[in-house]
Amino acid sequence: MADVNRGTRPLSPHLTIYRPQINSAMSIFNRITGVGLTLGFLLGIWWFMGLAGRPERFRIVDDFLTGWFGGLILILSMVALWYHFFCGVRHLVNDAGYFLELENIRYTSIAVLAATGLMSVITLAVALVGG
Amino acid sequence: MDYRTDRQRVQGLGTAKEGTGHWWSQRLTSIALIPLTLFFIFPFANALGGDFETVRAVYGHPFHAIVAILFIIVTAIHLQQGLQVVIEDYVHSRAILPLALVANTALAWALGLTGVFAVAKIAFAA
Repeated sequence: MADVNRGTRPLSPHLTIYRPQINSAMSIFNRITGVGLTLGFLLGIWWFMGLAGRPERFRIVDDFLTGWFGGLILILSMVALWYHFFCGVRHLVNDAGYFLELENIRYTSIAVLAATGLMSVITLAVALVGG
Repeated sequence: MDYRTDRQRVQGLGTAKEGTGHWWSQRLTSIALIPLTLFFIFPFANALGGDFETVRAVYGHPFHAIVAILFIIVTAIHLQQGLQVVIEDYVHSRAILPLALVANTALAWALGLTGVFAVAKIAFAA
């Protein structure tokens, strides 16, 4: 049979015609947070380099990272870290073959978001207690 | 149903020439980072904004120094592995791809070793 539509058929699966789902959104955010965390890691290394140097040097680095701009980046990095952490744990569980049913994926997605929020609040509290 | 010949299966390890090695290694660094993150992040968050002497004392302690060094090493490897996959997915230029992969590896080594150097310097001075 002649394939008259050859070349004009829609390709599948194609992101632009795909209805967004929580699992695909969770997956792409895991990748985005992973890439973004490179900056957080770099700032953490910078902080340790400051700590390894003279006290005045450390004060400059630490004041920047606890100031409004550096602090904002660190807080976003911290939330991204917990998201990537729990999303990663879920990926490992999925890799092992568990919770792959649609309904369970919805539940574990919500669990990942809830755990991210909870751990972010705890970490922020620990950071604020430390001054 | 496996469409590969026996020879391909033994020799080539697939189109990436490394079989499931990269994928498996990334799972291992992920698992290692679960306890390391939990041990590292809270003392770190608590130390941020502290005064110099106090924070130096924290990372002068062998436990915190070793946890920080392990966290930095495994994170650097995990970062290299993760960014490599992202680069392989989105960089289509045959000219840029190898450069991007080398730059990624160089970045991971530079960050990782700088971090290890800093923590070691603090720990050994304590």
